[in-house]
Amino acid sequence: MTAHEITLTVNGEEVREAVEPRTTLVDFLRDTLGLTGSHVGCEHGVCGACSVRLDGAVVRGCLTLAVQCDGHKVETIEGASDSGAIADLQEAFRTRNALQCGYCTPAMLLTAAELLAGGGVPSRAAIREHLSGNYCRCTGYHAIIDAVEAVARVRAGATS
Amino acid sequence: MNDRDLPAGLTALDRPNSYIGRSVARPNLARLTQGRGQYVSDVVLPRMAHAAFVRSPHAHARIKQINTDAAKRVPGVIAVVTGAELATVCTPWVGVLTHLKGLKSAPQHAVAVERACWQGEAVVAVVARTRALAEDAAELVEVEYEELPAVTDAETALDKATPVIHPDLGDNLTFERTLDAGQVDKALNESDAVVETTFLFGRHTGVTNEPRAAVADWNEGAQRLTVHHGTQAPHMMQNIFAKHLGLAEHQVRVVTNDVGGSFGIKVHVYADEMATVALSKLLKRPVKYVADRIESFVTDIHARDHRVKARIGVTKDGRITAFEIDDLTGIGPYSVYPRTSGIEANQIVNLVGGPYACPNYRARARVVFQNKNVMCQYRAVGHPIATAVTEGLVELAAAKIGIDPVEVRRKNLIADEAYPCGSAAGLKFEKLSHHASLDKLIAMMDYDRLRRDQAAARARGIHRGIGFAAFIEVTNPSAAFYGVGGARISSQDGATVRLDAQGAVICHTGVTEQGQGSEAVIAQVVATSFGVPLDRVRVITGDTDNTPYGGGTWASRAAGIGGEAAWQAGKALRANVLAVAASILQAEPKALDIRAAAVVDADTGRERIGLDEVARIAYFRPDTLPPGFQAELMATRHYVPRAWPFAFTNGIQASHLEVDTDTGFVTLLDHWVVEDCGTVINPQLVDEQIRGGVVQGIGAALFEHCLYDAQGQLLNGNMADYLVPMAAEMPDIQVGHVVTPTGDSEIGAKGAGEAGTAGAPGAVMNAVNDALRPLGARSITVMPITPGVVLQALGKSE
Ligand code: FES
Ligand code: FES
Repeated sequence: MTAHEITLTVNGEEVREAVEPRTTLVDFLRDTLGLTGSHVGCEHGVCGACSVRLDGAVVRGCLTLAVQCDGHKVETIEGASDSGAIADLQEAFRTRNALQCGYCTPAMLLTAAELLAGGGVPSRAAIREHLSGNYCRCTGYHAIIDAVEAVARVRAGATS
Repeated sequence: MNDRDLPAGLTALDRPNSYIGRSVARPNLARLTQGRGQYVSDVVLPRMAHAAFVRSPHAHARIKQINTDAAKRVPGVIAVVTGAELATVCTPWVGVLTHLKGLKSAPQHAVAVERACWQGEAVVAVVARTRALAEDAAELVEVEYEELPAVTDAETALDKATPVIHPDLGDNLTFERTLDAGQVDKALNESDAVVETTFLFGRHTGVTNEPRAAVADWNEGAQRLTVHHGTQAPHMMQNIFAKHLGLAEHQVRVVTNDVGGSFGIKVHVYADEMATVALSKLLKRPVKYVADRIESFVTDIHARDHRVKARIGVTKDGRITAFEIDDLTGIGPYSVYPRTSGIEANQIVNLVGGPYACPNYRARARVVFQNKNVMCQYRAVGHPIATAVTEGLVELAAAKIGIDPVEVRRKNLIADEAYPCGSAAGLKFEKLSHHASLDKLIAMMDYDRLRRDQAAARARGIHRGIGFAAFIEVTNPSAAFYGVGGARISSQDGATVRLDAQGAVICHTGVTEQGQGSEAVIAQVVATSFGVPLDRVRVITGDTDNTPYGGGTWASRAAGIGGEAAWQAGKALRANVLAVAASILQAEPKALDIRAAAVVDADTGRERIGLDEVARIAYFRPDTLPPGFQAELMATRHYVPRAWPFAFTNGIQASHLEVDTDTGFVTLLDHWVVEDCGTVINPQLVDEQIRGGVVQGIGAALFEHCLYDAQGQLLNGNMADYLVPMAAEMPDIQVGHVVTPTGDSEIGAKGAGEAGTAGAPGAVMNAVNDALRPLGARSITVMPITPGVVLQALGKSE
């Protein structure tokens, strides 16, 4: 299979690599760049474990091809962690035990961060709805909803 | 159980600065929230190759011919290996246990030899430089099959006309158990009402978020095998890899770092993982295999799939007179190694009626072979079925005689004062708290108000239901579970605690971390028993080279068994360190204690010397210690429950839900759990175990089903068609506790990992029936309760 050269920004660093057209974004991130914080749970767009940011929007890394990202900006959990942008959310997950095995967590955090970026304090139902594309087998979700809600409250308090 | 170091009247748990009972955060979480975990899927080794498998498209077929030529020609392909070739490296296994009398199974190979017995069984292994290449080449392997008749229906598996899957075994019966206690016929005859029904439990599976994964690395030079393995039981796997590859156990190291969910799925021997290890040995290089989601659905063990005919007798004042069940389950073509596929049915026989004081109980369970994926132990093994059957019967009986479901339980649950006692099935209970738990649950859910609200909603045409499920749970298993049956599965566990050169402690434990929080619990226990702040404890798990021999994580044993071993090891190290300190201080060891990382006067708490200083002297200036004195700064202790074969826990759950009688959709409104796992080491972790477990139970009750057609083809082996619980459909779950410690250990902890899953399906089923009963619906005794099942019960569809 012929490889295509792509240039993209991943977590702020410019990356140039040759990829096969069939390589998914999440495989590219994990296998080529060693960014193993993004996970693979189903490879067919249902579990959400592969979620990453593409030009700021959360997308499924298993339904996006690496070649589609040529010229675009990708951010993974590694980048979001190092920037400190979601540190409050990560800390809330930690103290609330909103993760058990942690496999769903990087994607869950990015998806929750997307909701919180909208501002305000979403209802528990709205949080559940927003996270309903992210499968977690361990927690039963309750603790995740608690953690996201707690951060929303703190952030709302801090800005008001 | 008194700690000799403590004043009379105090228990071990009253040590100064105790972390027992505190919701401290787990030490490994920050790492995982940053994407810095190391799951087996993430492991990359030099020269590592990737395996993919050609899998049988048929439920039952003879493998007539395999042509691997085209596959072998693909650039980047390293090897294409058939079952017969792999069998020269890896011997087959048979999943039997001697204490399950009569249990039989056939030899199973890492890759099928001559015959494939279920759709998805691996038939050829392909190893290539990348997984994608291996899959490309797998598509070029030509296998000629001769289809054989598939045995798929458990109901007819034992009929004379049905082909026998393994002719050498004589029939398709894997295992049968019967039990007859008290006088069932007499009791039923004397009952005022008898309810008889059939419960059907759908086959479902674990759907761990990270699929099964193994990276095997046979080092020909060192003659050692290292397997990075997403397993719950590293020492068990060490034994099995050694045994079937012809190695000594010391030649095998199993390393288990982060595991992306287990729930019992990752405690079994899987053919493709054995093949991966054998391929590494064959090819003398690391080989990685990660199941993809489709492979997970056709090869991860399935569970449940029981048909239970059941009867209950009751008097008109609400006394339960007898239980009777006849269970039938199909477990696929092989009993799974090494825990066997007879355990779930055996547990159902053990557990039905367990919460109730009813001496009359008759049971039969039959386990049969069939040409579907294998079934084995998944979270709460047998409990969800036994609980749903028991509690389903109890609520049906209560409805029949017209008494409240809470009332019938108050009348029949074993009295809290009755312990120690046994059950009709022969289980031994040290001490349970059914009534205290029920009282607490009723208060938490504000039962009377809820019933009033239910009636008010009903008047508006909104149909809500309230359902209960009391349960008992098997935890802290002794050797009675597997060891006595001949399996090399350790029920004991060990912990080694050592003082480092700065006075911190490192604990090596045989139990493993699957996300439930073992590392936190072990750290809390050691910090408390030794006497240091939590941040001065590091816990090492999941490495057979570096942890004491132990059983790992299963049957809710990590806290109760691993925790007690760690407790004892911490105490032993404290005594050793105090001996050193006493010799430095020229004091009596008895007059000293360790608190907050310092040696103090036991009476006054006055600091005498810091642990860092003790460590410095012991490690670097032992010349200053008295002649003949040797500091021992590492201590190991082991623990296994001896007084009771199992530490039973108990609890009760309630579900509150709404049924849309037009669409059949069930909306979960509330869920409550009260459980008693003895001493609670970390309340937050226990609560989250319960919540996660409840949601898995809800999955079974409402959504999850591995659907097979009559030819043994799995119809919904992907996450789009196999429904799992997602956030939007799940309720908040309120958890309460009653605390009845076990006297079998000093810390008194029992297990909590499976209680949620044990009770939730029964509670949900009862709630649906409670919602529909006034509408004249037929009782629902089928899971999953899909909208179609609801509409059928209402007579709105066929
Ligand atoms: S791996 Fe992409 S959604 Fe599951
Ligand atoms: S924490 Fe394990 S899948 Fe979410």
